[in-house]
Amino acid sequence: MTDTTNSAVNERPTTSAPFADPANFVPTEARPAPIAIRPGPLTWLKENLFNTWYNAVFTLAAIWFLATLIPNIIDWLVVNALWEAAPAEACRDVSGACGAFVYEKWRFILFGTYPFEEQWRPGASVIVFIGLVIVSCFKPMWNKSLLVIWPVGLLVCWILLSGGIFGLSHVPNNLWGGLPITLMLAVIGCGVAFPISIALALGRRSKMPIIKAFSVGYIELIRGVPLITVLFMASVMFPLFMPEGITIDKLLRAQVAIIMFAAAYLAEVVRGGLQAIPKGQYEAADAMGLSYWQAMIFIILPQALKITIPPQVNTFIGMFKDTSLVLIVGIFDLMFTMRGAINDLEWRNYYKEGFVFVAVIYFLFCFSMSKYSQWLEHELHRGHKRI
Amino acid sequence: MATTAPASTAASSMGTSEVISMSGVNKWYGDFHVLKDINLSVRSGERIVVCGPSGSGKSTLIRCLNRLEEHQEGDISVGGIELTDNIKNIDAVRAEVGMVFQHFNLFPHLSVLDNCTLAPIWVKKTPKAEAEALGMKYLERVRIGEQALKYPGQLSGGQQQRVAIARALCMTPKIMLFDEPTSALDPEMVKEVLDTMVDLAKEGMTMLCVTHEMGFAKAVADRVIFMDQGEIVEQNEPNAFFDNPQNERTKEFLNQIL
Repeated sequence: MTDTTNSAVNERPTTSAPFADPANFVPTEARPAPIAIRPGPLTWLKENLFNTWYNAVFTLAAIWFLATLIPNIIDWLVVNALWEAAPAEACRDVSGACGAFVYEKWRFILFGTYPFEEQWRPGASVIVFIGLVIVSCFKPMWNKSLLVIWPVGLLVCWILLSGGIFGLSHVPNNLWGGLPITLMLAVIGCGVAFPISIALALGRRSKMPIIKAFSVGYIELIRGVPLITVLFMASVMFPLFMPEGITIDKLLRAQVAIIMFAAAYLAEVVRGGLQAIPKGQYEAADAMGLSYWQAMIFIILPQALKITIPPQVNTFIGMFKDTSLVLIVGIFDLMFTMRGAINDLEWRNYYKEGFVFVAVIYFLFCFSMSKYSQWLEHELHRGHKRI
Repeated sequence: MATTAPASTAASSMGTSEVISMSGVNKWYGDFHVLKDINLSVRSGERIVVCGPSGSGKSTLIRCLNRLEEHQEGDISVGGIELTDNIKNIDAVRAEVGMVFQHFNLFPHLSVLDNCTLAPIWVKKTPKAEAEALGMKYLERVRIGEQALKYPGQLSGGQQQRVAIARALCMTPKIMLFDEPTSALDPEMVKEVLDTMVDLAKEGMTMLCVTHEMGFAKAVADRVIFMDQGEIVEQNEPNAFFDNPQNERTKEFLNQIL
């Protein structure tokens, strides 16, 4: 509705209603938005997939491609596959997937060379470990209780894996392998790297020259070399520099290398978040007399870490998969045990099944991380959208 | 410095103790000379409006008073504390000086009440319950108590700026600095913020306001300061300042904004 006191405008030709009288202006009552009519499937196809000749060509090509691909996949995975416990010979006449390989080797792939009768222990430790992670994911748990739960949980995992007390036989960690190793390297790696990365990011923005130089040097050095190099240095070169008689466990060295590497990457992610916080937030904190650390802990970091969730999770997922590189220093992660399984002469032809099996495991973990991060973003965003 | 009219005002209610003193203050941004030989003295309870064209250094001037900006030459003392590199002095001054910004600068991830209680709890070590009572008291005073549990993003600009004022008041400051508090507001929200500021002025708060709201200046200011190109060009009590400006630059500026 237009109201105006300008008489010149009133001379404009009107097609329907005359201009409202401003003195007796009555606001128009709001009416509901028109109901969107959903197009029928045929209209939808026409509008979206066949609306131009080149879209039609792409659509037809895609249909042909999928029509040839999907039946083949189903044939391999289901129709022609053998999904039961069977000796390797049984798979020779099978053109599809040899599920028998998975039946035969799953325990070796998941737990590596851990003594066979004791493999319930790494199994239980994986469950405890995943339980720890899941418990830490929920908001009501974000308090001091985590500081108790994690050390206790990790100790339980350690006792289960290593043994030596409570009547559990001792299993040295060079026999550990598979999923527990991958999970431990990735989760502890990222978990410990996270606070370090925050310190590095703050250090890189510090006005204190030594702290800044150290942070810049560390980040650039570690980011500038491949993870394999860091692992190799930690594993092979580091012991050379240590005083004689002091040895640090191989697994621990690899874990430290992963922490160092992840910290350098995460530091730049966090720094990006710090940079995105408006200067006014820092000024308001300063003007109120908050100290540097108070301002960081209560004002800046909560906002910076929240907006960098997507790239953080990107880095976590990358690190989770990159742990497979520890095989270079002789640690038996999930990828390595899978390769060990297909090295068995009897089963050597079924490497496809091995890779698919491991891919599914990796995917389940990475996809969960991704989904959790989306939920977390939504959860933290509730109520206080940035203005 | 080209002061053409000396500060001759002395409202009877005003104390005589000096709370802010700036002498020979100079500041540069790189090569740009933003504050030129500033001398200013503010007594307890005095209400000062600082105006001037954009880039004249008025925001920089008040931001030097709580060390959001460092001055390179001259002396500034606030509440008897000399502002130097000494962090203890800076913290002591900031505890006494509240500031309200053009863009509110509320913390978007904290509720309105938490915005208000953060500094009392962590800087003044006030117990939480006491800080919350204090927060509610000041939120009520800026007439926004019912929004205490909302987040800043859910409030209008005028409401946000009133929260920012309450947040500053929660530190029970002796001096309040306002840096263009109504410039980022929709016209219809300017009044609610100005009313809050007028209330504050009537209670005897020492205030320095950078603002172009000349109505506000006329209503509450004890002194109006006009700055141009980093200098205090003219200062006078509001009636004399508006009715009888002395300097050509002041006249030109007033012609443009009135």
